[in-house]
Order: sequence, then C-alpha cells, then structure tokens
Amino acid sequence: MDPARFTRIDETTWRIERSGAMRVPAIIYADEDLIRGMDDKVYDQAANVAALPGIVTASYVMPDAHWGYGFPIGGVAAFDADADGVVSAGGVGFDISCGVRTILTGLKLADIRPVQGALADALYREIPAGVGSKGAITLDQTDMDAMLTGGARWAVEQGWGEERDLARIEEQGVERDARPKYVSERAKERQRRQMGTLGSGNHYLEMQVIADILDEAAADAFHLAQDDVVITIHCGSRGLGHQIGSDYLKEMTEAAKAAGIALPERELACAPIRSEVGQRYLGAMRAAVNCALANREILGHYARQVVRRFFPNAALDLLFDVSHNTCKIESHPVNGAPKELYVHRKGATRALGPGHSSLPAALRATGQPVLIGGSMGTSSYILVGLAGSGTKSFASACHGAGRALSRHAALKQWSGRKVVDDLAAQGIMIRSPSSRGVAEEAPGAYKDVGAVVAAAEQAGLARRVAQLRPLICIKG
Amino acid sequence: MTLARDKVAPTVGWELFSHDADVGVRGFGATVAEAFEGAALALTAAITDAPIAPKSQVEVTCEAGDIELLLVDWLNAIIYEMAVRHMIFCRFAVEIEDTRLRGTLWGEGADAKRHAPVCEPKGATYTALRVAKDADGFWSASCVVDV
Repeated sequence: MDPARFTRIDETTWRIERSGAMRVPAIIYADEDLIRGMDDKVYDQAANVAALPGIVTASYVMPDAHWGYGFPIGGVAAFDADADGVVSAGGVGFDISCGVRTILTGLKLADIRPVQGALADALYREIPAGVGSKGAITLDQTDMDAMLTGGARWAVEQGWGEERDLARIEEQGVERDARPKYVSERAKERQRRQMGTLGSGNHYLEMQVIADILDEAAADAFHLAQDDVVITIHCGSRGLGHQIGSDYLKEMTEAAKAAGIALPERELACAPIRSEVGQRYLGAMRAAVNCALANREILGHYARQVVRRFFPNAALDLLFDVSHNTCKIESHPVNGAPKELYVHRKGATRALGPGHSSLPAALRATGQPVLIGGSMGTSSYILVGLAGSGTKSFASACHGAGRALSRHAALKQWSGRKVVDDLAAQGIMIRSPSSRGVAEEAPGAYKDVGAVVAAAEQAGLARRVAQLRPLICIKG
Repeated sequence: MTLARDKVAPTVGWELFSHDADVGVRGFGATVAEAFEGAALALTAAITDAPIAPKSQVEVTCEAGDIELLLVDWLNAIIYEMAVRHMIFCRFAVEIEDTRLRGTLWGEGADAKRHAPVCEPKGATYTALRVAKDADGFWSASCVVDV
C-alpha cells in the first residue's frame, strides 16, 4: 500500500479518514515497510468494516495484516448492540477460535539435543496431522454436546488434560453460553472423529527453545529462561468450526439483505446482534470456541504423554492458551465510559494488560502472555499485554507473521525436500506427510515476524518478552 | 500438475490462482456444469498432485440463492464429503437446473503416504467469487478456498 493514502499519526499509527459509508475511521498499526508490503485490499477491507452498523471508535488493523475475507486478517472491530450493532461470521472466519498454546517443559536445550530425532519421530507418530488423519476419539451425540458446552474442562474430565491447565486458558477453558443446538448436524458430523487432530495448512506442533529474553521481569513471571524448551501448538476448531463458518456465512448473506445492510463484499455477511440469526450464530460460534479449547487441551495431553516417555519428570506446565479468531463480549471504554461490546478479532490476539480481572492470580501483576506464531524455521515470540492497549485496539495485538508470498509463488520458489534439508542443517527437524505442503509453508513465504512484533511493541499493543526458535516442527 | 483426466470432457479445464494466504480455484467449460466440474478438479489439484483412483462414488445435491452461491455450495459439499468419508476425489459430474445442482464424485480413501495431501480445505469463500460466460463463449467458475 502507498503510505501517502493515510494520515500518519506517529511512527506506527496510520489512519484512514472517514469517507463515504465509513461510520468511524480505520487505524492500521505498522511501520512504514510493513505498510508498503501490505496488499491494497487490506486498505479496502479495513474501510469496509468501518462502514458496518454499530461499529465503535475505529476499525483496527494489526501489523501482520493481509488480504482476508470481508475483514482483513489482522482485523479488530467492536460493535455496540444498543446502536444496532452486528455480529459477523466473516469477522470471525472459518477457523473459529484458531489459537496457540504454549507448554513449559522444564527441560533445557542440552536435554533435548541427544534425543531430538527420536522425539520428533514419536511426536509425528502420536499427533494425528494432515488430511484423512483420524483421531483416536469418536464422539456420539451426547459426548459431542457435552464437548461443545464444556470446552477444555470437558477434555480434562475425560482424562485428556490436567485440571491445573484451566486457569491458564482464556475464559478458564469454557466459553459460556455455547448452544450446541444451533450447530448443524453436518458440522457435528465433520467433527465426530476429528478431536485431538492437528489439521493442516499453517497449523503445527513445535518444540521450541528460548533463544533470547527481551524483558527479564516478565520472563521471570512467565518462568521463561534462556535455553528453556517449550511446546507450542497452533490449531483451531477443525471441521466443526469450518462448517459453522460456511453455514452461517450463507445465512448471514440473506440476513444482512433482510436487515437492509449494504455489503460492499458478500463476505462481510453479518446480522444484527439483537436478531434471531445473530443470537443463533453467537451460540454456535461459542460452541466452536469450546471445540477448539478442547482440541488444544487434548493435543497438549498427547504431547505431554510423548515427552514424559523420554523425560518422566518433565514439568509440562501450561503457560497460556489464547485464540485469535473470535467474537467476545467485553467491556471497553467508549467516549470515556465503559461499554459492553462485541469484539471481533480475525487473526488478532487478545492482549490483556496487568491488573485485568480475568487473568489468573499468577499472571495478574504482569499481564497476559501473548503468543505469536512464526513460521517453521523462523522465530516465534511471547509478548505481554500492556495497560494502554485497551484504548488502542480493544486490548488486541498481532497473531503471527502473515504471509509474504502466496502458496503458488512459494511452490515455484522452493522444493519441500530442500526446505527440510536446509532446516535440518540448522538443527530444526520437520516432520510432515506432504513435501509440497512444506514448500508452500516455507519460512521465506512469511513476513519477518521480528518486524511485526517490533511494530506491535512500538505501537504500544504488547511488549516483547522472549524470542523462540523451533527445534522440532510437526506439520499437517 | 497432473490429474486423472481420462473421463473429463475435452472442453473442461481448470487452473489455480494466487491469494495472499490461501488458493483460488477456477474451472472452465462449454456449460456452467462443466465449469463447476473444472472448479472441483482445481480443488483436488490444490490438495494433491498424486493419481487418484475412481473406486467409489458419492452423490450430492445443493441448492442456493444464485448461481455463484451455488458454486460455493458445490465446493463446500465436496469438502464435506472429503472430511466425513476421509476420501479424495478425482472425477466429477454435474447437472444444474436453475439454482439446483446434482453432482457425482468419484474417488478413493485418502492415503497420507500415496496422496501426501498438502492441505485440508476449510471452506469455499465468497472472495473472487465469479460464475460467468466469458467473451470466448466459455463459462468460468472461480472462488478462493480457505485452506
């Protein structure tokens, strides 16, 4: 995008002024290089979101933004139900509650190196990944509804997780007001054998080492130290969430028309929060959030089982679990007064600052861990939420690196074999059923995650705590 | 990329096109139905380059408000059958009447080793969604698929 199209507020804040149908301005947080690297579609989509009914303050865009579906990926927007605000299936996306969890192993790099290959093979064998992979769990109708209502707590009750994890998951592991009855039979059928599976595309399970500490005090509070090894899992609500996304996108296209809402793109499909469709979507979407929370809890359990085979005394404490495709009811100040809002984050991470009441006691003084996935071969980061981000972005930060090259372009540039060999030479072991998939996800196809998190910090969205490098990457 | 093309009408074609994070599928044909068949072949090409045997068949029906939404429904029906049957498809036959579609899919069980699938499509999107008769008289049917 051409930076001249924006009003530049400061080094990392770029405003699209209100024009046409826009009800509020749009604000993009990024440095100039990131702005130049973004597709013009990000500009258009941020402006389109700003035109939706009931939007408050601004349509925000995170530094890792790219061309999405209706909403830009990296988009954050909050709607006021009292002002005819909307909920949008496109604003949450197809992979509802896709997110990241990081588990502290209590092990050091030197512990892992001698068994790294065997550990990679064992994780690859035990974590179902990729197309056609079936989980070991099959849910009947009763189990399905219990899972969709109970989230990670349900998984723990089934023996696929640990009670102590729940405090370290958003909403303590259970999204309230989930309504499985508003989830289609097709969505449930798609999920019946997919619990405890990783999926494919950019989803992964990695063992990572802390390569650098950038904030000593926060790192201490998070129990992170140089050369510590962690497990990070990136995945979402699998087929169930995808089907709910498809089902409600179709229904909301009609609902928006019926409500007289003009949609510049069909994918902005939405319905008034206070409508029958809007309420049904919220109930179904929350059920999908629980599915994602349960799925990551189960995958974490599998990973723990594998690691304990090698290291029976490994600590394996959950640091945090955070979703980046959601719509949540939150209170944020609007014109100086707190207001209950429906905050959509599409490819954006909630980043609660110190003192927030929903953080567990052990994290309250420091702030929420904000988990940022990189690409295999490059860094990931752990950030911490800041007190001021509530007024900047409804307490949101970036979620990953964002793609720089399309899958098509990546495929032309790299072979999967060479990517695997090159990374092996750097001490990074990749395990994937698809060589082409590895090429499409090659590290060079992603933006520099370092620049993204630096911009997020400079903009005051979150502060960098630790940089992580991959040791083992299991790709679907 | 190669696909089993033996039973495909000579007028059916397909291609993949680029999207920032995902992949676009486009089918061509002498009729709308053929363009839909081509789009389905492109969907498979986004998943694997490996040969697929037409060992068993699945019937689907779709209905939507207009012909473009019908394309999304058609691709989503294939994605659904792939997910619940753990299958991968190589041949497609489509009949369209107004905005109702009857489709037949031929394929086999997905095999991680043999097919080495690249991705598991999440859903067909409304992005770059277009079904139209082009100037050359051929129909094209395209959209971006979220993978």
